[in-house]
Amino acid sequence: MTEHRTPVSLTTVSESAENLQPLAKNPIAVERRIAVLFLAGMLLEVGFGWSYWVNSPSWILGATLGGGLSLMGIGLIAWGKYLMPRGPFVEERHDLASTSDERDAFAGAIIERGASVVKRRKVLGGLLGGGLGVFSVTALFPLIRSLGPLPKGSLFHTDWRKGSYAVDITGHRIHVDDLSIGSIVTVFPEGLQETNNGQAVDQTVLIRISNENFVTQKGRETWGPQGYLAYSKLCSHLGCPVGLYEQQLKMLVCPCHQSMFDVTNGAIPNFGPAPRPLPQLPIYVDVAGYIRAQSDFKEPVGPGFWERS
Amino acid sequence: MSKTIIRTKRSQKEALGPYGSLGKVLGELDDRLGMAKAGRTFMDKIFPDHWSFMLGEIALYSFVVLLATGVFLGLYYVPSQALVTYHGSYAPLEGMRVTQAFASSIDLSFAVRGGMLMRQMHHWACDIFVGAIVVHMARVFFTGAFRKPRELNWSIGLTMLILAITNGFLGYSLPDDLVSGTGLRIAYSIMLSIPGVGTYLAYFVFGGNFPGTSVIPRFFILHELIVPALIVGLVSAHLFLLVRQKHTQFGGRGRTETNVVGSPMFPVFIAKTNGFLLLVTGGTALLGALAQINPIWQFGPYDASKISYAVQPDWYMGFLDGILRIMPAWSFHNFGHTIPWEVTFPAVIFPGIVFNLCYAWPTIERLYTKDNNMHNLLDRPRDRPKRTAAGAAIFSVLALLFIASSTDVIANFLHVSLESVLWSMRALVFIVPAVTYPVTLKICRELQAVHDGGKRKTPNVVTRSATGEYLATLAPSVVDDVHHELEAELVPTFITADAGTSLSSTGVRSVER
Repeated sequence: MTEHRTPVSLTTVSESAENLQPLAKNPIAVERRIAVLFLAGMLLEVGFGWSYWVNSPSWILGATLGGGLSLMGIGLIAWGKYLMPRGPFVEERHDLASTSDERDAFAGAIIERGASVVKRRKVLGGLLGGGLGVFSVTALFPLIRSLGPLPKGSLFHTDWRKGSYAVDITGHRIHVDDLSIGSIVTVFPEGLQETNNGQAVDQTVLIRISNENFVTQKGRETWGPQGYLAYSKLCSHLGCPVGLYEQQLKMLVCPCHQSMFDVTNGAIPNFGPAPRPLPQLPIYVDVAGYIRAQSDFKEPVGPGFWERS
Repeated sequence: MSKTIIRTKRSQKEALGPYGSLGKVLGELDDRLGMAKAGRTFMDKIFPDHWSFMLGEIALYSFVVLLATGVFLGLYYVPSQALVTYHGSYAPLEGMRVTQAFASSIDLSFAVRGGMLMRQMHHWACDIFVGAIVVHMARVFFTGAFRKPRELNWSIGLTMLILAITNGFLGYSLPDDLVSGTGLRIAYSIMLSIPGVGTYLAYFVFGGNFPGTSVIPRFFILHELIVPALIVGLVSAHLFLLVRQKHTQFGGRGRTETNVVGSPMFPVFIAKTNGFLLLVTGGTALLGALAQINPIWQFGPYDASKISYAVQPDWYMGFLDGILRIMPAWSFHNFGHTIPWEVTFPAVIFPGIVFNLCYAWPTIERLYTKDNNMHNLLDRPRDRPKRTAAGAAIFSVLALLFIASSTDVIANFLHVSLESVLWSMRALVFIVPAVTYPVTLKICRELQAVHDGGKRKTPNVVTRSATGEYLATLAPSVVDDVHHELEAELVPTFITADAGTSLSSTGVRSVER
């Protein structure tokens, strides 16, 4: 039987042809080793089933499963590499390209048949195109518009209002005696501390840096009563919580990309990629001694966006 | 009586033809599908042997692991941001207010048998998947395998890389732990930074201002249905084109632009590649068992006002984090608008440039070299110094940005100031590629000049004749030496099952011609 798929004439290949021989010099020995690998793999998989049954820790489950699969995989690769015909064999590539006649016939069919049905019926073609065009525009409404509300002015405001009590995460109102100098606490407008909005938008750091009224910038004369300063906790770079307070340097540090903000100087960024100061919240101490907001922030909190001036 | 039965069996066997019932089943199939000829051709399909051709297989098989473990996780995960009080199997969280997504991620790790293993395998397989794609594409790039006729497959592969990175990020977000939530916050801010449409984009993706309650269910459907379906489709197209256009190969004796030399699909390649599937799966299982990854129970649930220190994203996001760190604070404020270049450039424009450059590379190279020929033989990187140097320069920038994603860790480790690390990185990101390009070019040219570089040396035997003359002759070669120098042969077409053939003890089917 000497039939070949391709018309290329071949020298007679016999059973002893070199490329049909295994790569292994001693196939019997290799076969034994592979058998050991398969057997060990099988045993480990039995171990996997057993350890699942007795609810073993995760690492035993994975070690038996992975070890078994790996050993069987190595065995199978070795079988293919050392015991099967070592090759190499050759296959001819065939031209991908068609003949120029076939190409012409294809292009011609598209153009000529297309011309005969479309060009003669321009109105129909136009109407179909128009209908599909209208559909693709109207389909955008349910597909995209319904996904969310329009931003409108919502990025410009937080929930801080005139008179809002500053409370910590547990809802405890912050009294002027609560913080010693150098202390810091994260505060929210009362009632919103456990909400998405409160934590993501309203979060504010309250720092006490002295016992005296503290002015961070011109025009903020009343914003730092008895040494209390309140800044938005949202980094002006990418909105991470500015969670680290470097007490000696009086710097707020963002752990995400290491922007640093000078607490004593209106939280101006003096290191890192943050482009703007953290907005300062105007606060006052009421007659009972509680920290409350004079108003909302005077500018949008958090990262930059197009509509922000 | 018994004789009759035997005779019946024998006559049935004869009626079945030489290949027995398998032959009959295949015959019936062929009547209906006409697949015998194509099936036979497929079994003879030749796969060239080179270690670098298995990198794509690692990617494929880690994707298989991702699908399998992902289905398991999907059975237990609850894609909801509704808050519940945790009463599960992980005691330290008892009584905490957490989202259902977080609670179910914790419980599928601790309460479901094998759940921790599956979750860790899934995460490891993802890191391996993206890594294997990158290394595979580097191989394709540096050997010029993307050239005509394979430009389309290069684009498909690149699209899969982008989808893989995207899906990695989506999946990383799903447990709703403290670290992934911070990642979501950053993604939201990056969307916001796009001039003109950013706020709308962010509001439509998240269903409102950050964090909202829609993002987890939306990311879930993208992560477990839409993106994987796209990847499956593209994998199919990728492999179809691979079969249609046949694999590339390195040059060498007997290897030409018009042939493929290697191992046949059946049985050699099937054995090796399935062995490799087992090995990749096994390796992932070992990693998932022995190397902890993404311990969300230690991070705790997401809380927008909390943050963890010195946490890095998954490695394939590192270059983005790095460039965000070293970008100067160049925000544009004017005409009543803000363009946050400190975010838009590194997180939107820069990756856009990198990926578009990759898409355009085959075209750029064709225009530059004016080479419109078909290429089935691979380049050795040294033989295309400019391409190799350009690729090395691009990789050096990305590697540097990856390193820059841990400026704080580097500063702590080296006991230097954060500022000096930051400024070093800002300078190095320009210096390193500027040095890498000419150095790589030089190395390539030097290597080209090495005579017979990379070829196996054949030993000489030096003899002295009786007259004192020295003579060098080639030493007789041993089997292993000869292997690479063999002339390739066509796969034998007809393997008979007649008396002359037998399965030898080695598992090799003997052939009679």
